[in-house]
Amino acid sequence: MVTTSSQPTDAAEIASASAANNPNPIAKEDSMIEVDDVSFSYDMGKTNVLKNISFNIPAGKVTALIGPSGCGKSTLLRCLNRMNDLVDTSKVTTGQIRIMGQDINASDVDPIELRKQVGMVFQKYNPFPKSIYDNVAYGLRIQGIKNKSKLNEAVEKSLQRAALWSEVKDRLNSSALGLSGGQQQRLCIARTIAVNPRIVLMDEPCSALDPIATARIEELIAELQEEFTIVIVTHNMQQATRVSDRTAFFYLGELIEYNDTATIFANPSVRHTEDYVSGRFG
Amino acid sequence: MNPFKSSSNAQKTKDRIVACVLAALTYVILACTLFIFFDIAKKGLPVLMPVFSEKGGEIFNSDFLTRMPETLVDYTDENGDKQSMASTDFIEFTKANPDAVIENKKTNAYSGGGIAGPLVGTALLVIVCMVVALIVGVAAAVYLNEYAKQGRFVGMIRLAIMNLAGVPSIVFGLFGFAFFCLFPLLPVFTDAPNIEKSLWAIPLFGGFLSFEGWGNSLIAGGLTLAVMVLPVIIAACEESLKAIPKGFREASLALGATKWQCIRTAVLPYATPGILTASVLGVTRVAGETAPIMFTAAVALKGKLPWEEASGNGIFWLSDLLTDSVQAMPYHIYTVAARIPRTDATSAMQDGSVFVFLLMVMSFASVSIYLRIHFRKKLKW
Ligand SMILES: Nc1ncnc2c1ncn2[C@@H]1O[C@H](COP(=O)(O)OP(=O)(O)O)[C@@H](O)[C@H]1O
Ligand SMILES: [Mg+2]
Repeated sequence: MVTTSSQPTDAAEIASASAANNPNPIAKEDSMIEVDDVSFSYDMGKTNVLKNISFNIPAGKVTALIGPSGCGKSTLLRCLNRMNDLVDTSKVTTGQIRIMGQDINASDVDPIELRKQVGMVFQKYNPFPKSIYDNVAYGLRIQGIKNKSKLNEAVEKSLQRAALWSEVKDRLNSSALGLSGGQQQRLCIARTIAVNPRIVLMDEPCSALDPIATARIEELIAELQEEFTIVIVTHNMQQATRVSDRTAFFYLGELIEYNDTATIFANPSVRHTEDYVSGRFG
Repeated sequence: MNPFKSSSNAQKTKDRIVACVLAALTYVILACTLFIFFDIAKKGLPVLMPVFSEKGGEIFNSDFLTRMPETLVDYTDENGDKQSMASTDFIEFTKANPDAVIENKKTNAYSGGGIAGPLVGTALLVIVCMVVALIVGVAAAVYLNEYAKQGRFVGMIRLAIMNLAGVPSIVFGLFGFAFFCLFPLLPVFTDAPNIEKSLWAIPLFGGFLSFEGWGNSLIAGGLTLAVMVLPVIIAACEESLKAIPKGFREASLALGATKWQCIRTAVLPYATPGILTASVLGVTRVAGETAPIMFTAAVALKGKLPWEEASGNGIFWLSDLLTDSVQAMPYHIYTVAARIPRTDATSAMQDGSVFVFLLMVMSFASVSIYLRIHFRKKLKW
C-alpha cells in the first residue's frame, strides 16, 4: 500500500492510500462521537473544507486532531457543537455526525441543548470582563439557576476541577481580566465544565500560553479525562503525544490517518503522517 | 563628509511651507472658535452674573433661570435714567408707586423675565426624543448586526439609513408636521375631545380616547427629533456592537446560551458605553435643532411650565403634557434674536439666552467625552 517511496502529493491520493488501513477501529458501542462520511462547506457547498471524513471518537479518552494550518481541524471541531451555525452560508454537505447515537444535524436537535452537552474552550482565552465568580456561574445562570448556595457550590467545584480554586478563592469577586493568561484559560475551562458537559472540545488551548502555563493545562487535561470525553486540536506534536490517547492527522480537509497516539508517532502507516509528525513539513 | 547630508534644499523649503500653511489654517479655526466663545461669554455672563457687568450687582441672577419669558417694559424715569423690567414687575411697580415718572415707555415682546420655559421645554424634548430614539435605534442596530442575514437587502437598508443622516433638518420638520401633527389617527386622552378635528372619540377611563392628531406638541417635536437622530444612533450602536470581540459571543453561545441571552448578557452590556457616548453626542445635536421643532412643537410664549399647565389626572395629565406645545431654547433664541430689535433693553435676554444655551450644549459634550474616557479605562479587553 504505502510501500512506495515516492511521496504522494495529492491529499486524495494519500487518503485513498490509507482508506483500507484502519488497524484499530473503535467499536461502535465505545464511541462517543461518530463522524460518518462528513463533508462540510463554508460557501453553500461550492467548495468543501472537509472531505468525506469518517472516524469514531472514544468516550472518556483524549483525542487529538493534528495537521498543518488550514487543514480544517477547527472546522471539524466546530461542527461537533454546531458553532458553524453562526456562519450563514455554512453547510454539512454529506454524511452524519452522531453524538451518543443521535444525528446532531437532525431537524429536531436544538443546538442550544447540544452545546450544553458539548462544551468548548477556545484558542484565545476569552473570559468575560466580569468577576471570576460571574464567569464560572455564567452557564448556570443562563440556564435559569438563581439559587445562591447552588451557584456557590458549582463555582467552587468547577474551579477545583480546573485546578484554579486555591489561586483565586480569595478574590472570586475581582475581575477575571486581572488573572494571568494561563489562569484565564483555566478559568475558561472551569466555566465550560461548570455546566457539566459530556464532551469538552479544545481548540489549541495552549497556543497563546507560555510553557509553564501550558504544562499546567496539560496536567489538567489528564485529570479531566476521567470525567469528560476530550477532543483537542493542537499544533504541538509533543503536546499530542503527552495528552492524547488517539490522534487523527488531517491534511487539506481529509483525514489521512487515525490511530492510537503511540502508533501515529512511532509507527505511522502513511508516509505523509510520518513526514508531518517528524517535522519534515507543515 | 556627512553621509546623511540633505540632498535637496528645494524639497526642504517646500516641506516647511506646507507645514506652516497647515498650522496657520488650524490656528485660524481655533482663533475663530475662541473669539466667538469669548464674545458670547463677555456679553452673556453679566446677564447671568451681574457682578461682572459694568454697573455691578448681585452675584447670581437666578431669576434669569427660574422665570418664564415675558414682555419687557422699558422707560425713562424722573432722573432721565433708562429703566427696564418684566411687565409683571412693572405693573406691581406702578401699583406701589402711582406717582412715578414714566416717560418714553416701550414694550418689547419675549424679552423680559427669564428662560425657565425654554430650558424646561428643551429638556423635555430631548428626553422624549432620546427615550424613543434609543429604544428604536438599539433595536434596529441589534437586528441589523446580530439577526439579519448579511446580504444585499441589509446593505440597502444600511445605505438608506446613511442617506437619512444627510437629509436637511427642515425636511424632517415638515415630515414631522405632516405625520405627527396633522395625522388624525394619532390618539389623545382627553376630557373634552376637539369636535372639529376628532375622527372619533372612544369613552375610556371616564374620559375619551380621541383620534384627533397631536398638533403642535411635545410628543410630535420629540418624535420628529428622534427620527432625525435615529441614523446617528443606529450607526453608533452598530459600531459599538461590531467592536465587541467575537470571543464573547462564541463563549456565550458555546455555553448553551440562546441568541437573545447571548446578546443580552455578553454583547449589549459591553456595547453600552459606546451607545451612551454616542447618544450624549446625539443629545447635543437634537438640543440645538430649530427647524424640526419649529412646526411641530415650539411656541414663543407660554404662561406656565408644562407640568403646571397640564390638567387632569394620571393618564389624562400625561396625555395633556405630551400633547401640549412647549417653549424651546433654540426657538426662543431665534425669536428674540431675529424678531425683536436689538436695543440696550432687549440685548440682555438675547445675550443671556445664547450664553446659557452654549453652556448647556458644552456640558452635554463634556459628559460625552467624560463617559468615553471613563468607560475606556474601565472596560478593556
Ligand atoms: N468562517 C469561515 N468562513 C469561510 N471560510 C473559513 C471560515 N473559517 C475557516 N475557513 C476556511 O476553512 C479552512 C479550514 O480552516 P480551519 O478549520 O480554521 O483550519 P485549521 O484550524 O486546521 O487551521 C481554511 O481554508 C479557512 O480559510
Ligand atoms: Mg484552527
